[in-house]
Amino acid sequence: MKAAVVSFPGSNRERDIMMALERASGVKPSLLWHGDAEIPDTDLIVVPGGFSYGDYLRCGAMAAHSPVMKALKEKAARGTPVLGVCNGFQILVEAGLLPGALMRNASLKFVCRQVHLRVEDSQSLFTNAYEKGQVIRVPVAHAEGNYTADEDTLKKLEDRGLVAFRYVAPDGSLSPEANPNGSIRAIAGIFNDSKTVLGLMPHPEDATDPHAGGMDGFGMFKSLVNALH
Amino acid sequence: MKATVHVTLKPGVLDPQGQAIGHALSGLGFAGVNSVRMGKFLELDLAETDKAKAEAAVKAMCEKLLANTVIESYRVEIR
Repeated sequence: MKAAVVSFPGSNRERDIMMALERASGVKPSLLWHGDAEIPDTDLIVVPGGFSYGDYLRCGAMAAHSPVMKALKEKAARGTPVLGVCNGFQILVEAGLLPGALMRNASLKFVCRQVHLRVEDSQSLFTNAYEKGQVIRVPVAHAEGNYTADEDTLKKLEDRGLVAFRYVAPDGSLSPEANPNGSIRAIAGIFNDSKTVLGLMPHPEDATDPHAGGMDGFGMFKSLVNALH
Repeated sequence: MKATVHVTLKPGVLDPQGQAIGHALSGLGFAGVNSVRMGKFLELDLAETDKAKAEAAVKAMCEKLLANTVIESYRVEIR
């Protein structure tokens, strides 16, 4: 699996996710810069976490209109899988590749801690190494991860099984304490209609080392390698 | 021409910052503040001299970048 990681001024998690991708696939991903107008042929495009453009105006708003995102949108429209993590999720939402919006955390605080996620769908490029309903432990680190969308969008996400992950208690049950940011319906990650684009606030790439953070996030990278070889 | 843009959260969208400001105001003894909604204010200096064209251009800017119309609404004034 050949992956390209797109970075912007202020991205800071690109190395984490490149290490996780390489650990799973054995292939070193390429790193692209926001001004690149073209993306070479690749099996997967990743938009990593960080604070692109200093989070000015709105998180992800500036990055969403950078030259590389135009190329990314064209690739995504032709079916190239795209993964957006944290700020990457915010950028994909601002770019219109995923519905809804990510607002300031309900607590108004930057939240940096381990959370539990329930895998809502194991039939995707990104989640096939997990079981449906499996609970995984991965970290979050963000101040604007409070997912919201209008009722019609939420209904569509639920009806079509496009909610990828929800914040849950360790036993898999929903509870307000388990939701770190106030996201509506405890949504932590969503797919686009064709399930070729996934955006999520938590950092699976930071749970891919038994010595640092555990291995629960590795399943996502294993899934991608399973699907994309 | 000068354009001013107010960007505010749509009615019904939870505004935790506005709520926190409201709590702070009541903590300072300012009674009777029923609610606070926080937004953004932008000033643009435009080369355009035609008012209608300027307004159309700024509205396009709002739709594309300045506001996230999923959660925010905007108001444009041209002077």
